[in-house]
Amino acid sequence: MTDSRSFAPRSRDWHPPDLSEGYKSSTARAPKAPLLRLDPTLSETSGPTFGHSDLGSLDHDLLRNYAHGGAPIGERIILHGKVLDGDGRPVPHTLVEIWQANAGGRYRHKNDSYLAPLDPNFGGCGRTLTDGGGGYRFFTIKPGAYPWPNWQPSWRPAHIHVSVFGRSFAERLITQLYFEGDPLIATCPIVNTLSDPQAITRLTAQLDMDEARDFDHLAYRFDIVLRGRGASVFEGHDGAPG
Amino acid sequence: MTDFRETPAQTAGPYVHIGLTPWAAGFTAFEHELGRDIAGPNAAGERITITGRVLDGDSAPMTDVLIEVWQANAAGHYPGTGDVEEGFQGWGRVVPDFATGVFSFDTVKPGPVGQMAPHITLWLVARGINLGLHTRLYFADEDAANARDSVLAQITDPGSRQTLMAQPEGAHYRFDIIVQGENETVFFDV
Ligand SMILES: [Fe+2]
Repeated sequence: MTDSRSFAPRSRDWHPPDLSEGYKSSTARAPKAPLLRLDPTLSETSGPTFGHSDLGSLDHDLLRNYAHGGAPIGERIILHGKVLDGDGRPVPHTLVEIWQANAGGRYRHKNDSYLAPLDPNFGGCGRTLTDGGGGYRFFTIKPGAYPWPNWQPSWRPAHIHVSVFGRSFAERLITQLYFEGDPLIATCPIVNTLSDPQAITRLTAQLDMDEARDFDHLAYRFDIVLRGRGASVFEGHDGAPG
Repeated sequence: MTDFRETPAQTAGPYVHIGLTPWAAGFTAFEHELGRDIAGPNAAGERITITGRVLDGDSAPMTDVLIEVWQANAAGHYPGTGDVEEGFQGWGRVVPDFATGVFSFDTVKPGPVGQMAPHITLWLVARGINLGLHTRLYFADEDAANARDSVLAQITDPGSRQTLMAQPEGAHYRFDIIVQGENETVFFDV
């Protein structure tokens, strides 16, 4: 499906700015020059697509996709929600990928040396395609908070990293979700790269007891909205309806 | 849900590889790793290798960066909107060596896309990058096509335009990305 309307530029009052003084790593990794506005061309309005043959049957199930004879330690949850476009319509068959620390706050990554132990039954990555209604669902454990070096030693709130594709490369998005009620959210320099409190609310997954299963797992809901398209490409140029 | 503003971005962090390239993080959880073969075995055109580093404002290599690549085939077609060879993904994920920061990837040289000169779209995420950075790689040996390219034409400073040119070096093209500072790469607000 094609959509002739152009993407509106991303608002950096809503998204974090490249340079965020409170987040040390951004100070040497933020371009100094302003970004050059590029009206998306075919190179940005096209994008990769994925199919079920790209995925394995346990890719969405972090409780089982790295199991080595047991189950991971931690609070069992399902993470679910919908991927929607800027008009609120579901985005079906798009790839959603997640990664996270284990229940102790340790990542299975050769560069993570935090003293909390690895969990032999937890890899920490998952992926799935949204269904026809834009819905996705992961089985996992709630990750632990972990310490990290910023301007001063800091703690990340429990979080899950999320990557989404959408229908075009211009929509490519990576974010993080947090968990409702976590007191570390307010103290986190990465969360606070966002200046709008509503933006932080939008990244906070909500406890969803309707999807919890008795004697098995809790549930959190996190909906994802991809970029909207503004007025037709042609309207701005010659006033003719596009 | 009634607020349809885009979900705000957050940095991919230093451990992005766990999710997107577990092989680089040092383990296997998936049967199929995505994004490891951009062009596939059947793609027509010139086979090329692109090598470079991503440097920060202190000229230090960003060893934890992850680059996504999106490109047309040699005929200038993208998967999904045009005819491409079986197995041509046009998309891939590139991770540098964690010690040196040098990345390298194999693909085919893309053809012109409509009126645009041959180019590869790159999207960078890393610790310290709050919203993925879009840029383009053009080819320094495509002078005539580059001179007609409407995106390059928007870059008035010749030095800035040069930051998007991959330079032929023997069998490779060299393409360094300078995220901040002198000779800073041009990034796009897409
Ligand atoms: Fe993290």
